[in-house]
Amino acid sequence: MMAAAALAIVRTRNLFSVVVVCSHYSFLIASVLLVLDAVDVAMTEASVGAGITTVLMLGTLYLTRGEEAAPMHRPLVPLAVALVTGGLLVYGTLGLPEFGSPESVIHQHVAPRYLEQGPAETGVPNVVTAVLASYRGFDTLGETVVIFTGGVGVIALLRRRRRRRED
Amino acid sequence: MKSDRVLRVIAKLMIPFVLVFALYVQLHGDFGPGGGFQAGVILAAGLIFYGLIFGLETTRRIAPDWLVETMVAAGVLIYAGVGVVSMLLGGNFLDYSVLARDPVAGQHLGILLVELGVGVTVSGVMVTIFYMFAGRAGREPGED
Repeated sequence: MMAAAALAIVRTRNLFSVVVVCSHYSFLIASVLLVLDAVDVAMTEASVGAGITTVLMLGTLYLTRGEEAAPMHRPLVPLAVALVTGGLLVYGTLGLPEFGSPESVIHQHVAPRYLEQGPAETGVPNVVTAVLASYRGFDTLGETVVIFTGGVGVIALLRRRRRRRED
Repeated sequence: MKSDRVLRVIAKLMIPFVLVFALYVQLHGDFGPGGGFQAGVILAAGLIFYGLIFGLETTRRIAPDWLVETMVAAGVLIYAGVGVVSMLLGGNFLDYSVLARDPVAGQHLGILLVELGVGVTVSGVMVTIFYMFAGRAGREPGED
């Protein structure tokens, strides 16, 4: 179903339907994440990917035209690059440990300590929150600053233009 | 879309639950799934939904520009402020254990405050972006 949605996104020229299918695709990804037991990420995907992004895209479409311009050149080179990169990535996955295997390196480093000590040290039953806000507090602060910067960027771009019109 | 009665009634029915759910996700993030980021987005989605149905000006009356833009900065300040306070109390930056007498309670409090900061910034940014886009849509194309 996700492949069908992706194909539909590529094939459709009407950007309105592309946005709707993208939103649908986000919901599908959210369900996949739910199946993988990543509820926190699934919630983010459903609300940001399917919800707010769709609204913003539709808003942008309202401001611009609703039809995709015909491609100016043949997409053979980009297609080749995409295929080679995809092939390399798939080749790279062959070297990874088996999915969900407890012996893999990533599950040997700090994860056991977080899982064993986290609830006792932070008093927070949701390990995701404990890791995100406490053990990885610096990273999350950085993320927040990134979002802040994004918001400030949008304000700076769209505000200034408005003021210049009034001059 | 203001004139559509079905949309208005459904929106009025749903938005309170969306907002309460956002608060639940925010404050309950340490027990169930979710946290500041998700809560902020859900809160912003509730406001944007309101804006889509009832118009931009009505929404701006509830959440004026200054409030939303203050939220953008306030969240980061809350987050970094928790770090500074923990430094002042003798710990490392963002070391929540010193925030309360009991290290576990301190961690809990720190996580709650930090998540609040994330939520405030995220919802502020999302609503701001929506305002900026929607504000441009209201004017004539010739103005751009």
